[in-house]
Amino acid sequence: MPTRLLWPLAAAVLGLLAIASLMIGAASFESGQTSAETLLWVSRVPRTAAAILTGAALAVSGVVMQQIVRNRFVEPATAGTPEAAAAGLLAVTLIAPGAPIWVKMAVAALAALGGAVLFAALIRRLPAREVFLVPLAGLILAGVIGAGVTFVAWETDLLQYVSVWLMSGEFSGVIAGRYELLWIAGAAAALAWFAADRFAILGLGPEAATALGLNPRAVLRLGLGVVALVTAMVVVSVGMFPFVGLILPNLVTRVMGDNLRAALPVVALGGAIFVLGCDILGRVLIHPYEIPAGTIVGVLGALAFLWLLWRGDRDAG
Amino acid sequence: MIEISGLSHSIRGTQILAPTTLTLPAGQITALIGPNGAGKSTLSRLIARIEAPPAGTVRVNGLDVATTHGGRLARELAFMGQHTGLASRLRVGELVAFGRWPHCHGRPGAADRAAVAQALQDFELEPLAKRFLDTLSGGQAQRAHLAMAAAQETPWLILDEPLNNLDLAHARALMAYLARLRDGGRSVLIVLHDLNFAAGWADHVVAMKGGAVVAEGTPHEVLTAPALSALYETEIAVATHGERPLVLHHLP
Repeated sequence: MPTRLLWPLAAAVLGLLAIASLMIGAASFESGQTSAETLLWVSRVPRTAAAILTGAALAVSGVVMQQIVRNRFVEPATAGTPEAAAAGLLAVTLIAPGAPIWVKMAVAALAALGGAVLFAALIRRLPAREVFLVPLAGLILAGVIGAGVTFVAWETDLLQYVSVWLMSGEFSGVIAGRYELLWIAGAAAALAWFAADRFAILGLGPEAATALGLNPRAVLRLGLGVVALVTAMVVVSVGMFPFVGLILPNLVTRVMGDNLRAALPVVALGGAIFVLGCDILGRVLIHPYEIPAGTIVGVLGALAFLWLLWRGDRDAG
Repeated sequence: MIEISGLSHSIRGTQILAPTTLTLPAGQITALIGPNGAGKSTLSRLIARIEAPPAGTVRVNGLDVATTHGGRLARELAFMGQHTGLASRLRVGELVAFGRWPHCHGRPGAADRAAVAQALQDFELEPLAKRFLDTLSGGQAQRAHLAMAAAQETPWLILDEPLNNLDLAHARALMAYLARLRDGGRSVLIVLHDLNFAAGWADHVVAMKGGAVVAEGTPHEVLTAPALSALYETEIAVATHGERPLVLHHLP
């Protein structure tokens, strides 16, 4: 199938899933407990939009991180960025509990940026050929920051509060007025598309990027900004979803390559399909109860990742 | 013309390049030769502002590389380094098209498309244009990166050991291509290990050793038996073949 047909196909699938998502839930439109219109606009539309924005933004942030560190096996979720955002939130909660919400968001985003910068600085010292050292360093960094956050939260009796961000994400709490920050994540992902050529050129290495007249450090900073903004907004709004930024980029670049201007829209649609699909599954599997979307994302994502690793070996051999 | 003045470089106290003042003529092929660790790559990377010059100045056609905007310089000089091994998963045609980035910033016009098509043709890459880089052999990938630099269509082309991975026929084709560029008025700086490619194609030869330029001039002036034997610290003879020197190292 020609790759230029991929994105219309993906858009059509996402459209069908979105319609399904609007019709499925614990409350039915016929029950009469709430008016159908209220249910739709206060709960179903925000929840569907939240899942789409989360999936699309996380998948794009995965591509961006993979290009700027030149390693296919990293994503923000396994590089300590969400833990850094949580650390920022925890700090602002302890130091200035009464701070307005936008201050807390800004601090979370800055802390996520700090975490991403720390990761980028850490892996610069690693030998480039040791492909698996980079994700390993990310996991260790995530573990260290996460442990610190958990310790401080335990000491200050905020563990339950913090666990909302660090446990696997879900959308059951999403109603109008409580998910709009995700539009910022979506905007950051859209910004990444406008800089797609720059990220693809940076993926050729800092030397080639310089030779083509780009400032590699500026592109790196832009990428880290996108990663931090997406991660912070997602963590704060709905919690973390692992593997989305890992699986979709790898699947799509296998077929379409690293020409990001063409590939990024497909990656974004794929991420949205994956997360929204998992959320719908979570709603129907044990209806009328729910399984958190993040749990299903984690299980399916782990299986898909194992398959990718296995296939990668076979391709190489 | 590239004017280098007082250029030097050290890494943690070790001098990689002694203060160097050198002029590279325009409209010629200049070969940079010398043993491993002589500073050839360092010099070519400093000229192409891949590394920022810590001391001294480099002017390419009058533009100071330290202060000129990177995008402007990318229309004045193209550079291909040795680190082309870590393959990105781009198609060959997409990679070569990125050579037009300094001119079109991702919005290619007719001239850009023509330059890409010409570069693909010049490096015999048309059959491979749709292939992903990570599925190519070393020599094919090398030609793809060369085509990207060629598509930049800059007055200066700086190539750091471009013959790596190329077989004899493709290496020769590259030198003939550079000679055509030179005949069209463009300038080339090329780091070479195989002295006979310098002997056969260069107009100007610069010899380096221990981080310093030790000789420069025409091939006949620089590629002499005593000079080369001293440069590489091994016995080398030089014959004359046609109008050009011929370097011989398999001595009886």
